Amino acid sequence: MKIRTHQVNLYYSDFHALKGITMEISANTVTALIGPSGCGKSTFLRVFNRMNDLIDGVKITGDIFIDGQEIYDRKTNIDDLRKNVGMVFQKPNPFPKSIFENVAYGLRVNGINDKKFIEERVERSLHQSALWDEVKDKMKKSAFELSGGQQQRLCIARALAIEPSIILMDEPASALDPISTAKIEELIYELKKNYTIIIVTHNMQQAGRVSDKTGFFYLGELIEYDDTKIIFTNPKNPRTQNYITGRFG
Amino acid sequence: MKRFFRRFIEKFIEGIFFLSSSVTTLTVLLIVVFLFREGMGVFNKTPIEEGFAIALNKNNSVKEISSLDMKNIFDQNITNWKTLGGNNDSIILFRIDDISNYFTDEQLGDSLQYVPKCISSLVDSLTGIIAFIPEKYIDKHFAGRKLPMDKISVGKFLSGKEWFPTAQPASQLGVLPLILGTLWVSLMAILIALPLGLATAIYMAEIASEKVRRILKPLIELLAGIPSVVYGFFGLIVIVPLIQKVFDLPVGETGLAGSIVLGIMALPTIITISEDAIRTTPRAMKEASLALGANKWQTIARVIIPYSMSGITAAAILGIGRAIGETMAVLMVTGNAAVIPHTILEPVRTIPATIAAELGEAPQGGLHYEALFALGCILFILTMATNLLVEYISKKRKYNKQ
Repeated sequence: MKIRTHQVNLYYSDFHALKGITMEISANTVTALIGPSGCGKSTFLRVFNRMNDLIDGVKITGDIFIDGQEIYDRKTNIDDLRKNVGMVFQKPNPFPKSIFENVAYGLRVNGINDKKFIEERVERSLHQSALWDEVKDKMKKSAFELSGGQQQRLCIARALAIEPSIILMDEPASALDPISTAKIEELIYELKKNYTIIIVTHNMQQAGRVSDKTGFFYLGELIEYDDTKIIFTNPKNPRTQNYITGRFG
Repeated sequence: MKRFFRRFIEKFIEGIFFLSSSVTTLTVLLIVVFLFREGMGVFNKTPIEEGFAIALNKNNSVKEISSLDMKNIFDQNITNWKTLGGNNDSIILFRIDDISNYFTDEQLGDSLQYVPKCISSLVDSLTGIIAFIPEKYIDKHFAGRKLPMDKISVGKFLSGKEWFPTAQPASQLGVLPLILGTLWVSLMAILIALPLGLATAIYMAEIASEKVRRILKPLIELLAGIPSVVYGFFGLIVIVPLIQKVFDLPVGETGLAGSIVLGIMALPTIITISEDAIRTTPRAMKEASLALGANKWQTIARVIIPYSMSGITAAAILGIGRAIGETMAVLMVTGNAAVIPHTILEPVRTIPATIAAELGEAPQGGLHYEALFALGCILFILTMATNLLVEYISKKRKYNKQ
């Protein structure tokens, strides 16, 4: 198992946001987290790269293992953890830098200065995120000159450049048009070969298209977690059934 | 009826608002026009005091004398006409008070009616003379040559290195030392204040806990509320002796003292504006950096500061703007010597300090008075330029960040 969580509880001060989440995720799969707004799926996603640490008053109990390593252990280096667990955010958030420097950022902050190595890695990452052909002639241009869909693929390239083994995606296509969304989904399918992907999505069809496994969250609980096919065709829990068929959410 | 009344009130209030805005605009325009009208008068005058003239012997070949040379002649730094391209003849100074050395009271007449004739003959007889005399004594039979004086030019005014407006016979109106003094002190102030202010802003925006911030913020705002004369007092009592001791100087009133005081005064501006700029860095931007394994310091240095760079620049320029216009504190601690400063440890004099110190003793409408107003114009242009620069930078920021 790539990732294993056991009885994870998370509190925002008094608010009990995640309630006893136990989940296992195997390598090179896509796991979709679905559920209505405020159900805790994004919070749960941010547990894996300890992004919740930034918020005051967050308390986490339970165990989260990545590659057998407890990531909330005192010995864990957060920066190293985040190098291994890349993240793509809901809205494209490139840095106000050139396209090249955006992708190179992760390498530079990790102390890599070899110009040739950086150039190769940037090119490879942009190939992986299917953006290379569109940007290869304007690497020095500001990342803000790209379209929203291109910016999001740039952010994916940026995450790939430091060679994580896990990629977290927080509604990566929710701010994009259908064509860009299709491109991102295609990309997820490609990336699955080398990476373990966890994706939060509001879009049921998207979850159905891209994921191998799906977890349904409701009010901070993991209601059901199974193969995507089963969740969408034959869910065991009536609440999952209701959500999938659009009766609430 | 009621509706009519309400409409009337609305119109009335609208009218008051319109009136106050027009009055404000008009006042601003009036001040600017007044400033420039008074200030430009200086370029219509010669550096010789009004009603006086300079006369030479008619055989003297010197065609014109600059005001600086004039000062040197009367200070006896130049003693031979050869220096100015004339004949080899030593210069004889003649002021109107010297007349009794040459003539008796009888010769001058009971009611001084023969003075013009006496001066005329004196100027005619001494080939090396330069006479500084009231214009009324030059009649149509005058045997000497009245020296034409050029009007003060903008170029000479700006590039002149001597500021001695009360010099006789020719005022020395060179504002270069004052402009340089102002810029020198202001820039040094920013060099002192920017690192300190930026560090505080970063600390408050990114590192300090909410509790610390809640104490620090009002304290810094308090700093902005202290009257500038108090800063000057503090500078005079604390910083000036300190500088004198540390650098072992004859006097502690130096450009550095002014810069330190101004730096402290510019701190609140720099801190509040750059803190606001740093806080506008989107959370998503910070998270993106942290998610790539960058630590807090790398995120601050590589993402937050570049992102808020235009805001920080604006803060620095506004700080300079404040420093350029500051009068009282600077007047108290810089020593006010109108010389071009070579090091930061010399006394300097800034434009606002000059105006404040000298306007009281300059007769209204006179050359000195108008020169001070022209200085005011220069100050106005300097501060306006900094404000325009800030506006330009913040416009650029909006364009850059969508």
